[in-house]
Amino acid sequence: MSLRAAQSIPVVIGVVIISFLLTRALPGDPAVYFAGAAADEASIAEIRIALGLDKPVIQQFFIYVGDLLQGDMGQSISSGQPVASDLANRLPASLELTLVALILSCGISIPLGILAATRPGTWVDHLCRVLVTAGVSLPTFFTGIVLIYLFYYLLGIAPSPIGHLDFISLDPDHITGFYLIDAALIGDWETWLGAAKQLILPAITLALFTLAPIARMTRAAMLTALSSDFIRTARAAGLSNRKVLYVYAFRNALLPVITTLGMVFSFALGANVLVEKVFAWPGIGSYAVEALVVSDYAAVQGFVLAMALMFVALNLVIDLLYTVVDPRIGFVAK
Amino acid sequence: MTDISTQKTTRTQGKFDHLIYVLRENPVTLLAFIMFAFIILSALVGPAFVPYDPLETNASRALQAPSWKHWFGTDSVGRDVFSRVIVATRLDLSISVAAVALSFVIGSILGSIAGYWGGWLDSVLNRFLDTIMAFPLFVLAMGIVAALGNTIENIIYATAIINVPFYARLVRAEVNIRRDAGFVRAAKLAGNSDLRVLAMHIFPNALPPMMVQVSLNLGWAILNAAGLSFIGLGVRPPTPEWGIMVAEGANFIVSGEWWLAVFPGLWLMFAVFTFNLLGDGLRDLVDPRKRT
Repeated sequence: MSLRAAQSIPVVIGVVIISFLLTRALPGDPAVYFAGAAADEASIAEIRIALGLDKPVIQQFFIYVGDLLQGDMGQSISSGQPVASDLANRLPASLELTLVALILSCGISIPLGILAATRPGTWVDHLCRVLVTAGVSLPTFFTGIVLIYLFYYLLGIAPSPIGHLDFISLDPDHITGFYLIDAALIGDWETWLGAAKQLILPAITLALFTLAPIARMTRAAMLTALSSDFIRTARAAGLSNRKVLYVYAFRNALLPVITTLGMVFSFALGANVLVEKVFAWPGIGSYAVEALVVSDYAAVQGFVLAMALMFVALNLVIDLLYTVVDPRIGFVAK
Repeated sequence: MTDISTQKTTRTQGKFDHLIYVLRENPVTLLAFIMFAFIILSALVGPAFVPYDPLETNASRALQAPSWKHWFGTDSVGRDVFSRVIVATRLDLSISVAAVALSFVIGSILGSIAGYWGGWLDSVLNRFLDTIMAFPLFVLAMGIVAALGNTIENIIYATAIINVPFYARLVRAEVNIRRDAGFVRAAKLAGNSDLRVLAMHIFPNALPPMMVQVSLNLGWAILNAAGLSFIGLGVRPPTPEWGIMVAEGANFIVSGEWWLAVFPGLWLMFAVFTFNLLGDGLRDLVDPRKRT
């Protein structure tokens, strides 16, 4: 296990190098940019020294890494706060949205995939196929807008898309930053309901986007598992259909599904940005979009780096999950 | 001489027959080809045939619902949405085609080198690709555009960079399994240089799976570019582009003017759907297991 953890170190180094290059590749001279429009030669030179831009690139890189190790991602120009604390404040909202969406989409797509695999050629199978093909063609931002039109404007059952909570309710006390959990912890069910109502449309949007790959992989993996010898043996031994399906076939099909889940998470993190923009969701995605609009580069690059590190960590967790799901996989033996 | 030419015709005829056979077997693929032709056509000649100037504003006909005069309605400054949607096809398609072509070329070169010579080149390339794949790809594209500057060219570069790993890996695998094949050794013995063997004998074998990847990738590249312009990167208003039109229309959806966002969005979906169907169809065409 520690070996697998060690394997992600080169990737983290690579991620930091690329993010350093992106920071240095600012259009024009970063010093001129940070000095502002009214700066003269002297103040630009001053800022260049203050930012350490007069030093050799290698040295600049080590200063950058040193800052990162202390959790310093630079200062956001638009909010005036350190980027790291901005991101930390807004991360729970994004995670809440992504996790609820993934739970929702797994809850639909995995049973759908299993049903499609056990009944090939029936309407469930066709429904699965249509969903899979249509799902990958859906632009998330467009789905979100259509859902707003249907459920907010036409039917009037969804609240207006203005973010994490409506104007009337007060934010729950900050415990974890996840509104649903915080509200439940302090027992404020009215706020909980309000937060859930705000969450449901963006979560459905994101879930629709992630549905397709999971359903497709579940179906394919279940078909492979169901056609293998050990299933025939299990059936021949007289095990119940239920036991064969869920204990023998599904457990073996779970591995590729988990792999897909990791990939889907990457898509979801990217799509998150668009969904947050559509629903004015106060997560790190909309933070990055706002920063992009005002050319707040430190904030954007901090966001990119944070997302990449999160994704590397997630891949590590998924690889470790493999050994739990399937004890035959050992990293020492490889 | 005659022998060779007849052989050639039967061979092309065989391929053509196979195409007809696949299309007849799978009407969905035929549909995909028709849809593809329609998109190409509207990109090529669409701007000449649209009823209104896509940039012409007219305050007296702002925010009109779809009608016979304006099929897709008009936007907040009175521009015809139908004309804008059709004209945008060319821009959206050019961005994605340019990006995919770029990643095709870069990926092919990197993958061929790594797959053929292997060794440290291969390890370095793999590390590099792993690093790119470690980023959520849309987020990396955002970062690249933010760093390089907010222009359409940089949208193309960013989309190309995030797609390179898929091509490089595919080519690397295809080249790697053939680098010691009999026909490669024969070609080398016949006095061909490494580069020539690689380019003329090994690489063409990777083309069929690459074509499938290209088609699937085109749809994805369109989505990516539209997503980037949706958040305000690259294309600037008033240029007609699907992503930016959906973004502009989003402000009117809560007051019920649905046609502003829905039509460009549907067109975008239609394009992506076409390329995905086409990719699946091409896969049937080139997959040897289905060639019975």
